[in-house]
Amino acid sequence: MKLDTLKALNAARGAKRAVALITDLESGEERLLAWGEEKDTDLARHIDEAFAADRSATVDIDGRSVFINVFNPPLRLIVVGAVHIAEPLARYAAIVGYDVTIIDPRRAYTEAERFPGVTLLGDWPDDALATLAPDHRTAVVTLTHDPKIDDPALHFALRAPVFYVGCLGSRKTHGKRVDRLAAEGFTPEEIARIHGPVGLDIGARTPQEIALSIMAEVVAAHRGKLP
Amino acid sequence: MADSGMNEDLLGLAQNWREEGRGVALATVIATWGSSPRPVGSQLVVRDDGTFRGSVSGGCIEGAVIGEAHAAIKDGEHRRLEFSVSNERAWEVGLTCGGTVQVFVEKLS
Repeated sequence: MKLDTLKALNAARGAKRAVALITDLESGEERLLAWGEEKDTDLARHIDEAFAADRSATVDIDGRSVFINVFNPPLRLIVVGAVHIAEPLARYAAIVGYDVTIIDPRRAYTEAERFPGVTLLGDWPDDALATLAPDHRTAVVTLTHDPKIDDPALHFALRAPVFYVGCLGSRKTHGKRVDRLAAEGFTPEEIARIHGPVGLDIGARTPQEIALSIMAEVVAAHRGKLP
Repeated sequence: MADSGMNEDLLGLAQNWREEGRGVALATVIATWGSSPRPVGSQLVVRDDGTFRGSVSGGCIEGAVIGEAHAAIKDGEHRRLEFSVSNERAWEVGLTCGGTVQVFVEKLS
């Protein structure tokens, strides 16, 4: 691979643009393509498939082996509530490769020192989420268990195409949440998207263990391993 | 390198090494059959002094791949390698999982 190609690839990754590196495995020559740049060819169809499945692949194009290496922007985790659990959760998420954003309108909570490498937003969650435009590669977790902060986030997330919505809170807290959402006109199907109480049941007690159980559930949801 | 975990930023590291004037090679998993520890797109970056980061298996074939990476840094040729338990190479560097992986090794020029 040429250094210039690698530089262009790294620049695209830094800008969070979806690109594919196409390498002819016989000649060793490569080129970098933005998603959608190649059109109406066999290669274009293979590239679209690889992006959709987020899976790199070697394909045959007119008798030549071609490797399509797809680089989707990172998965995103949006956390509502810069509470104690958010600290280990942000760290686990970063290790797994997620881009983390934490939203909390309470100024006292969003001290940057507690969250190195994390985007902190002090807006109200519904405004912040509207700007962040969460998509099918985004998970949303609410941690405040304060309805006036968590609920606006849920109002947005439950009607967004995100792959995971989780809410911290006991069964009782969750029951009340479900009642409020129902009264606000959310359908049972929409409400059923919420994972609450949040996290896989690993008997977690400490903030660190709870964060681990949440991250494990997010990964399971992304990999299609949740019931 | 979809699904293979980019948190280490191996490609950023490869760029830095090359820009510092080092010889650098990239090894990439381009195909797998059966059980294999690392998905397609997984990468290993190798520097001319023997330093490497990343992985293309659970550690079973890295030694052989690094050897080929050093050869690629020297001769500039790319290589397509295949490893499996039934391969003759298995005596030295086989995959214990029973799968097969193909690895593309290229110099960063």
